[in-house]
Amino acid sequence: MKAWIAFWNILKKDIKNYYLKPPNISWGIIFPLSWTLMQVIRSPDGNILNLLPGLISMSVLFGTTSMLAVTITFERSGRSFERLLLAPISLGTMVLAKIAGTILFGIFNAFVPVIFTSFFINLSAINWTIVFFAVLMISITSALMGLLIAVSAEQVFEAQTLSNFFRFPMLFLCGLFVPITSLPVFLRPLSYILPLTYGTDILNGAFVGTNTLPPLLCFGILLIFAVSLFLICRHCINKKWIL
Amino acid sequence: MVMVSVKNLKKTYGKFTAVDDISFEIQKGEIFGFLGPNGAGKTSTINMMIGLSRPTAGEITVDGIDVRKQTKKAQSIMGIVPDESNLYNEMDGFNNLCFCAALYGMRKKEREAKALELLELFKLKDAGKRPFKAYSKGMRRKLTIAAAHIHSPQVLFLDEPTTGIDVESSRQIREMIVDLKKQGTTVFLTTHYIEEAERICDRIAFIANGHIVALGTVPKLMGSISHGHGIHFLTDKNAESFATELETCFKGTKVTIQPDHSLVMVAEQRIPLFPVIAFFQDRGIDVFEAREIRPSLEDVFVKLTGIESSVLKKDAEKVGPK
Repeated sequence: MKAWIAFWNILKKDIKNYYLKPPNISWGIIFPLSWTLMQVIRSPDGNILNLLPGLISMSVLFGTTSMLAVTITFERSGRSFERLLLAPISLGTMVLAKIAGTILFGIFNAFVPVIFTSFFINLSAINWTIVFFAVLMISITSALMGLLIAVSAEQVFEAQTLSNFFRFPMLFLCGLFVPITSLPVFLRPLSYILPLTYGTDILNGAFVGTNTLPPLLCFGILLIFAVSLFLICRHCINKKWIL
Repeated sequence: MVMVSVKNLKKTYGKFTAVDDISFEIQKGEIFGFLGPNGAGKTSTINMMIGLSRPTAGEITVDGIDVRKQTKKAQSIMGIVPDESNLYNEMDGFNNLCFCAALYGMRKKEREAKALELLELFKLKDAGKRPFKAYSKGMRRKLTIAAAHIHSPQVLFLDEPTTGIDVESSRQIREMIVDLKKQGTTVFLTTHYIEEAERICDRIAFIANGHIVALGTVPKLMGSISHGHGIHFLTDKNAESFATELETCFKGTKVTIQPDHSLVMVAEQRIPLFPVIAFFQDRGIDVFEAREIRPSLEDVFVKLTGIESSVLKKDAEKVGPK
């Protein structure tokens, strides 16, 4: 019960202090909206459905990784993060509480393009349960990657630089806009070691039926990624921040 | 009853040894001071004691709980005030306290009641709804101490609690620390203010270059250095011309003239007071004041650590006015 009280209050504090701030709300709306609008203008004939999985994935990826990396680095530089490290809650509970807010922010980001495109195309045939769980898994893995960046960075600008260092290559390697089968052969193995590849594949299947792997396998792989990243993050925090 | 026990504690960073084989115990309800200059190993020690840093060697127990093995259990009975006031800038005083209470699993009603009580106690009630970033340094410090006390910890760790804040706030914080002790809280504090340690600590450890150089109560520390007995005489007339005669009359004494023309007599043995007063009266000199000269804690610190007290004062100045 005590752990739950701490978890809930860390989550509530992060949502209030960071995610509900006007700049972040506007980022969460404007970024996915502008990308979607760009694609709608570019593909007025309805091909937008093909691009929707990419837009959703990208919105989640950018929203989650940047938010968690920046907020944690910010709290660390002000030393308020020490309060969480010194609280009588397990490191696992603390990590879960910190990523929970980011995951919710990621899900919010994901559905901005969906809501916007729903005004232009018919989305009634989509299996929303699969889409929701795919978005959830992409959010979890992206948030944990953001946490890994936060562990590696000392300053906010370092966190931002590091985020971009791996986010942009991911856009091209995960089949978001270019199918993995169209990538040069030597780059393809790289695609399969990135969690976003599997999330995008599930979304491709749910929206346009162009998935290359069975959704269940993708969910399984994403779960393995999530657990592994969680354990790595917990280990890194324990090793790097408790000297 | 021993509340905190530290045995053979050591911390190295590569080849640098920050804390070198220190041992001490803190009794329940005691205020224990750790006095030393910057870089002496104070923060390294406190960080190991609160579980924010892993010792290279040694044992730490708090109320019998092994801090290394049961860190979270030990942290549940600790209150921690770091050397920087690290509450959340965006949140107001009341919500900062409530959040800190929630980290210790306190329920909403309980934490709100306690937060209001502490705001009142720490004279911050009017500032309770102001964001932390709008607080003065002294107020920030007080709220940080209140936050550390929100779950009524058995042991309170304070790292430089009064560094960089104004005189009035420092005085209030010292009073608060003494009040917490009266309520039964054990206090471990680090400081580089000698007067602060002398004023509020039951026992003090001098730390220099990672070693505990001396440890004890203020009288015990005072007695740990050999010093002569001295008496300062303030007279109505200039008694300078009698200095040599005094030394002759009272064998084994040394008389020095002070800039204000008063006299200081120093001897290895205690100096009998009335014969000296009679000596002055026989020569038509009235004695207005005869005061025993004792070494200050500062003298003891300088003698035992070899560090000039000015180093401590400079450290304090670096972080701001007291």
